[in-house]
Amino acid sequence: MEFIVISLLNGITYGLLLFMLSSGLTLIFSMMGILNFAHASFYMLGAYFAYQISTLVGFWPGLLVAPLLVGAVGAAIECYGLRRAHRFGHVAELLFTFGLAFVVEEVVHLIWGKVAVDYRIPAELDGTLFTLFDTSFPIYKGFMMLISVGMLVALYALLTRTRIGLIIQAALTKPDMVEALGHNVPRIFMLVFGGGTALAGLAGVIGGNAFVTEPGMAAAVGSIVFVIVVVGGLGSLGGAFVASLLIGCIQTFSVGLTISITDVFALIGVQLPEGSQVARLTITQMAPVLPYLLMVAILIFRPRGLMGARES
Amino acid sequence: MTDAVSKPMLEVSDLHGYYGKSHVLHGVNLHVDAGEIVCLLGRNGVGRSTTAKAVMGQVLARGSVRFKGREILGMKAYEIARLGIGLVPENRDIFPDLTVRQNLMLGVKDPRAQLRGECRWSIDDMYALFPRLKERDSTPGGVLSGGEQQMLTLCRTLMGDPDFVMIDEPTEGLAPKIVELVGEFLQEVRKRGISILLIEQKLAIALDISERLYLMGHGRIVFEGTPADLKNNAAIRKEWLEV
Repeated sequence: MEFIVISLLNGITYGLLLFMLSSGLTLIFSMMGILNFAHASFYMLGAYFAYQISTLVGFWPGLLVAPLLVGAVGAAIECYGLRRAHRFGHVAELLFTFGLAFVVEEVVHLIWGKVAVDYRIPAELDGTLFTLFDTSFPIYKGFMMLISVGMLVALYALLTRTRIGLIIQAALTKPDMVEALGHNVPRIFMLVFGGGTALAGLAGVIGGNAFVTEPGMAAAVGSIVFVIVVVGGLGSLGGAFVASLLIGCIQTFSVGLTISITDVFALIGVQLPEGSQVARLTITQMAPVLPYLLMVAILIFRPRGLMGARES
Repeated sequence: MTDAVSKPMLEVSDLHGYYGKSHVLHGVNLHVDAGEIVCLLGRNGVGRSTTAKAVMGQVLARGSVRFKGREILGMKAYEIARLGIGLVPENRDIFPDLTVRQNLMLGVKDPRAQLRGECRWSIDDMYALFPRLKERDSTPGGVLSGGEQQMLTLCRTLMGDPDFVMIDEPTEGLAPKIVELVGEFLQEVRKRGISILLIEQKLAIALDISERLYLMGHGRIVFEGTPADLKNNAAIRKEWLEV
């Protein structure tokens, strides 16, 4: 019981963080038709910017400034890089974002070095929020949840309650028509790209100190975010939300489960032969592969994802 | 008014248009004067829609397109729209997940001018003209019937208060009664001082409501004249229009 509640809380916290990344990625995809391979790089930039700011003026200013900086970098890249690459088609755009991911990683190496930097949780958020049975739940996880839910509400309000949100929603499906009605669609594209990368940056700010801030963090989280947008359905915000929470929970639950494959099969009444190496693997050992298994299964049985609209 | 009549609203000269590498328009010349309904006739695939898209800045083109005396070729689509040109596309392009009201609101280019009542049309005007749309106010655009979608897309473009609209095949696939309604509506639009370039395949509506018409074939204009001229010229109708 205790395991379930704590894992669920951890899973939701992690899932909400993943949604901050996948929401931007999926919005950018449905609007521009490209998967931004460099999306997780903006997550990493957010963490490093926040670290740099925290060494100068502390954590709190960074919470606001770092995502804005990341968003500005993203908007500039869309305006001066991606828009030019767009003229040469989707392949050129994909390769552009692919290359960009490497550029960001190397730049991070150059500036901050190849090992993890000491980006810490601020002292006032360090500690225990509450203790459930014998397990403590840290304040910082509660803080991450608060920020994520706040972001979620703000994003929803922006998309459904404002004129710019209406234009974005319309441009998601028919950008040419929206432009013919007199709306500056190139600027909307830049705003969405900037906004999406700013969200990734914010995820980096609050995730970088909860986990580790190191040059490999983009690659580590990047592949999971791709799994999420595929499982949720490309271009579906609702799908990305469900898939983020699902993957978040799968990952936190699986690392805590020490039962082996043999035990799992025993539960459904199948006795596996003794002595096999594979059969003795525990769920914990298999944790890293589970999200990818889920993605492959989704692609086989429901290629458009949980809530995706398009078939391809 | 005399000044506006002497200067064409839209003047297209030697317009060439391209889809990728294929050359679709081969030097189109046409003009639309203030307060006119001009019809662009022709069979499918002769470049009528491409002409409209080229004026709107949506396809690669060269030549000259002047609007109210100003060269607009090479401008971006949203800039052209803001100068006062509206396009009602053939496929209607309703935003399917948004409600009828939201679709109409997206037609508005300048919400403040709309609020101050400086535009020719308000949502209430549209609902008065088409009570059916009012009933469907909160319905997603995607579930409307073909006729309702056609009304919606016309109204949406007019919400942006254009001085000149290009309307691509508004009667395609509609029941005769609704075709009549569209025709009446276009007359109403003209009464409010808006010039119209109507792209059509149906001769009846073209002869009925337009002042002048152009006939297109193979990416160029092959005939220009009044409805009466075309009525009397069976040979040209046979060669370029009738199937």
